[in-house]
Amino acid sequence: MDASIFAVLVQDGITTGAIYALLSLALVLVFSVTRVILLPQGEFVAFGALTLAAIQSGHAPQTALLLLALGVATLCCELVSNLRRSPGKLLGLLPKLASKYLLFPLALYLLTLNLPLQDLPMLLQIALALAIVVPMGPMVYRLAYQPLAHASILVLLIVSLGVHLAMVGLGLLMFGPEGSNTLPFTDAQWAIGEMTISAQSLIVIATVMALIVAIYFYFGRSLSGKALRATAVNRLGARLVGIGTNEAGKLAFTLSAAIGALCGILIAPFTIINYESGFLIALKGFVGAIFGGLASYPIAAAGALGVGLIESFSSFWASSFKDLIVFTVIIPVLLWRSLGSNHIDEEA
Amino acid sequence: MKNKIVLSTLAPVVVLLLVLALPFLSVPPFWITLLSYVGLYSIVALGLVMLTGVAGLISFGQAAFVGIGAYTTAYLSTQFGLSPWLGLLAGLCMTGMAALLIGAVTMRISGHYLPLSTIAWGLSLYFLFGNLDSLGRYDGIGGIPAISLFGFVFSSDRAMYVLIWSVVILALISVMNFLNSRTGRAVRALKFGHVMPEAMGVNTAWIKIVVFVYAAMLAGVSGWLYAHLQHAVNPTPFGLKYGIDYLLMVVVGGAGYVWGALLGAGLIALLGNFLQEWLPSLLGASGNYEAIVFGIALVLFLQYANEGLWPFIQARFPGQPAARAPEQAPPLAQKSKPAVGEVILEVREARKQFGGLVAVNDVSFSVKAGEIAGLIGPNGAGKSTTFHLLTGVLSITSGQVNYRGKSIAGLSSRQIASRGMARSFQHVRLVPGMSVLENAAMGAYLRGHQGGVLTSMLRLNRKEENQILFEAKRQLERVGLGELLYLPAGSLALGQQRILEIARALCSDPALLLLDEPAAGLRYQEKQALSELLKKLRAEGMAVLLVEHDMDFVMQLTDHIVVMEFGSKIAEGTPAQIQVHPAVLEAYLGGAQ
Repeated sequence: MDASIFAVLVQDGITTGAIYALLSLALVLVFSVTRVILLPQGEFVAFGALTLAAIQSGHAPQTALLLLALGVATLCCELVSNLRRSPGKLLGLLPKLASKYLLFPLALYLLTLNLPLQDLPMLLQIALALAIVVPMGPMVYRLAYQPLAHASILVLLIVSLGVHLAMVGLGLLMFGPEGSNTLPFTDAQWAIGEMTISAQSLIVIATVMALIVAIYFYFGRSLSGKALRATAVNRLGARLVGIGTNEAGKLAFTLSAAIGALCGILIAPFTIINYESGFLIALKGFVGAIFGGLASYPIAAAGALGVGLIESFSSFWASSFKDLIVFTVIIPVLLWRSLGSNHIDEEA
Repeated sequence: MKNKIVLSTLAPVVVLLLVLALPFLSVPPFWITLLSYVGLYSIVALGLVMLTGVAGLISFGQAAFVGIGAYTTAYLSTQFGLSPWLGLLAGLCMTGMAALLIGAVTMRISGHYLPLSTIAWGLSLYFLFGNLDSLGRYDGIGGIPAISLFGFVFSSDRAMYVLIWSVVILALISVMNFLNSRTGRAVRALKFGHVMPEAMGVNTAWIKIVVFVYAAMLAGVSGWLYAHLQHAVNPTPFGLKYGIDYLLMVVVGGAGYVWGALLGAGLIALLGNFLQEWLPSLLGASGNYEAIVFGIALVLFLQYANEGLWPFIQARFPGQPAARAPEQAPPLAQKSKPAVGEVILEVREARKQFGGLVAVNDVSFSVKAGEIAGLIGPNGAGKSTTFHLLTGVLSITSGQVNYRGKSIAGLSSRQIASRGMARSFQHVRLVPGMSVLENAAMGAYLRGHQGGVLTSMLRLNRKEENQILFEAKRQLERVGLGELLYLPAGSLALGQQRILEIARALCSDPALLLLDEPAAGLRYQEKQALSELLKKLRAEGMAVLLVEHDMDFVMQLTDHIVVMEFGSKIAEGTPAQIQVHPAVLEAYLGGAQ
């Protein structure tokens, strides 16, 4: 291996690692706030990428229809639960609920049917894709997880499985079995000595870094960010000071859907994405998150970066064993964590 | 009622015999094949019920173990022409070793890592099968010979069907026997935390690994049967998707129930088959509709019936409790007891620091055999921390704790339990679904010695089991719960549950009882009953140390009181002395003006 190949591999590794890092942040966030291990995170990645791909090829993305269906289901759910709890308030709530879960998805759906999708500027296309995929996050939370918000981690994990299965199945239905690439954001690249640096990679890394800084400030400075942190530390305590578990859950899912979809959009110019490739991508984020013990954001991000590098180098040396190597890395990591954990049980 | 019990013991036998007899009736081959697969899935699901439902350890990786079992026999029988029976042996060794390795790494860390890591190694093994040249990469291995036994060749689907279901029945019996043993009871307690089983002397980390290996080996057997049924293997059925399906079966059937495994395996296999057939014809296009239906059904299922289906069936057939105490059994060996008045527990300058905070500040006291000592003090005085130091839940920073003259400072709860100290818990820690008798029998864990998986599976432990259950019954009668032996512990009132905890402690043949707020939450009569019981034990030479808030209770019961405040001992003496002690009055009532 010479220096230029090395440089390419490092650059690749850092780019994909940055995306895994972002995903691992979302996983840690959702887990700490809701105790949900969000297996369907990967589906948001695939939906984001494939929605953008559909828009760029001029097709109306089917995800808009799915959003509408989810919206209707969520609206029904909300109506039923409000009817049971406080029928009096329902009339006042109705315009808000209807606009959120019915009118907005409907408007988006009509937009996708009527806009000249292919000719839109790329930023608008991306915004449209995000607008379609991100609201699915809180809807999925409302439909699948909220009724079980107090169940055990095991039950929540199996719910995640169910959601994952359903979303992968829907992905196949909406996008078909073929994978797609999206257009690169830019073709520019610079040569520094023997190294070529592609502007595309830089954009990805810059976006990830900007997002991480934004997340940092969101949690450190904003009221809703602090509310999420409070819920993560102590759910009961947070409820006692007026932070609803459900609101926190919806917010966490919104953020994680947004991060997922964005990751899909960032990764799709490099890698062909099909309806089921999100799962493997998100799992690599998991491996990163496990480095951080599902609790520490910086270690999770560093771990994810490491996963990206390992993946990039192993694809050079032993490409068919690439995934094998990445997922086997988890064993020594767990060993290390198990030696480091001082095993404090319950109330002890 | 009587008829129903007879029915409920006979029904499973009849059902299983009927299942075995199917090939001899004129059942279409399609059904035989489908039911063979149900059998294969059931074997894996049985292991998973034990692992996930009973012990609370989630695994998505069982399919990978099926793969190891299948590939081992496939490789050995095609490459070296070895007998499938050797393949079975080798497969069991391979799955056992892989599980031991993976278990040793993952079982020590807390709950949610395990499912994640099982996903990871499930995927790793799948990619490994798919990329090794010697295993035929993604094409797999073909031409696997049939199993033969004493000249009979299991070549037809019907013969394999009988073999598979015979294995299912054996696996079912072995798992039921195992769960109904001394070790099995410890497994059933795992889901509710480690502190209680550890205090009973159970090595929880090791038991988890044992269960994990057991479940993996069942999966390995299923893989072996699969390879010789199909005569070919490829990586697909050992991928993560199937790992998920196995978990789905267990959840749908009823994760905590052995029979739920069979029910779930049957339902998922049949449902999957039919959904795959008629959903596309109903909806037109070809697509992965059954995944969507499965996924949504699973979520709805958990929202409305998260115990699974089996409890609904079980409710119709009230069964007898599996563990019954015998009328008579030879007593278990007892430890020698100290003479009344001998110092049994001696605490010298015990200290516990959390960083800069001194929670227990050089506290010294002692407890004699045949006396009830009380440890009291206002909230935050360090009583509970002291209690945790004595029971090994927390490690001591400095100082000495001697039990019958030997130091126990720094020992784990498990080692302390084995010395002859038994405890109860401030928040009652029982296994709610287990009977009163079995909960008490947990206390005698360390007095049994047979409980290996093999002896339990084959019920070779019967004699000792009877001794343990008889002892549990004897102690329950001693504390006055003799009428409630076969009720679930969760159905008892709080007062009775606290008494049950004492009975459980007594089952360990202790010389010293440590009781953490035994009277908390009890009604007046219950307190009276508890007080009578403790007096009775004292008269028999037992030493008791109790941490308590209820002053009336402490004053009328104890011989000797230690008072703590802000981590330090401020007074010690008889109840009469303590009641007039100025430092105690100051601590409880504020300074006298």
